[in-house]
Amino acid sequence: MSTVLERVTKVVVDRLGVEESEVKLEASFRDDLGADSLDVVELVMELEDEFDMEISDEDAEKIATVGDAISYIESKVN
Amino acid sequence: MDILQLKNKNIVVMGVANERSIAWGIAKKLFEVGANVIFTYRKERSKGKIEKMLADYTDYKTAVIECDVNSDDSIAQAFEQIGAQFGQVHGIVHSVAFAHAEDLKNRFHETSREGYAFAQDTSAYSLVAVSKAAKPYLADGASIVTMSYLGAERVLDGYNVMGVAKAALEAAMRYLAADLGAENIRVNAISAGAIRTLAAKGVPSFNQILRQIEEKAPLKRNTNQEEVADMTIVMLSTLSRGVTGETIYIDSGYNIMG
Repeated sequence: MSTVLERVTKVVVDRLGVEESEVKLEASFRDDLGADSLDVVELVMELEDEFDMEISDEDAEKIATVGDAISYIESKVN
Repeated sequence: MDILQLKNKNIVVMGVANERSIAWGIAKKLFEVGANVIFTYRKERSKGKIEKMLADYTDYKTAVIECDVNSDDSIAQAFEQIGAQFGQVHGIVHSVAFAHAEDLKNRFHETSREGYAFAQDTSAYSLVAVSKAAKPYLADGASIVTMSYLGAERVLDGYNVMGVAKAALEAAMRYLAADLGAENIRVNAISAGAIRTLAAKGVPSFNQILRQIEEKAPLKRNTNQEEVADMTIVMLSTLSRGVTGETIYIDSGYNIMG
């Protein structure tokens, strides 16, 4: 079973076309990984599918880094 | 027997943003039935996505052409290029709409004049503009299909200015059907159930809408991309040759419910 980190990393690599090594916890989707606003929406949709969950618009706005995404998902899954 | 008669036909598909797009679902089916698919895009971003998705379709005859539906010049150029490259056009899938986020989030009476006009221009007039520019290239029996939504005739929370634009789109579709029918060109709308596309994510109460449909629709489920694509193929094909000016619901029956 893959960890949340591994699954999030895979989604980010697929979606943003970045290298796995760039996907660090502190990496900002917009500033470090080159995501535009639509990329962020797509990313959120992919994460919703991957983890079979709903991420509200308000919550999605707070997710800026890879680490934010992982802690959000972990808080919802547990 | 080839009941669809779409083999080697040239179909223009407007409005693919990514693999979730309804237009992409339609394009995939068109490839399956042997049509040539000509994609139009506005943003470089979409062009990149389309080209990436087309990596799996290298054996097919296709093109990716710039077309900004807010500009008559851009639309004219796009269809000149399509005409030069493909000759005739046998079908058009118009799956384009846009409204400013604040006009969906704010209360409806706060809609700005500019936001209202922009939603109308992009989402409704664009069908008229595209029909005009495409007309010299449209084949006898050509079919134009536009994508609408239930918000055109019912009030749906958070759909606001886009509902008004879709109402205008459906009316424009009927007038185009009446006008172009003499030349054996058909125009219809597909009113698709709510589907999780990039555009739909802009509608604030979208997840609630999905849950409500699952509960209330006769088929007790939401609509998927493939169901809409299949019906669009029918509307583009000779199977629907006797149908024009109609809004066809692909929505698990949701629109009939009180």
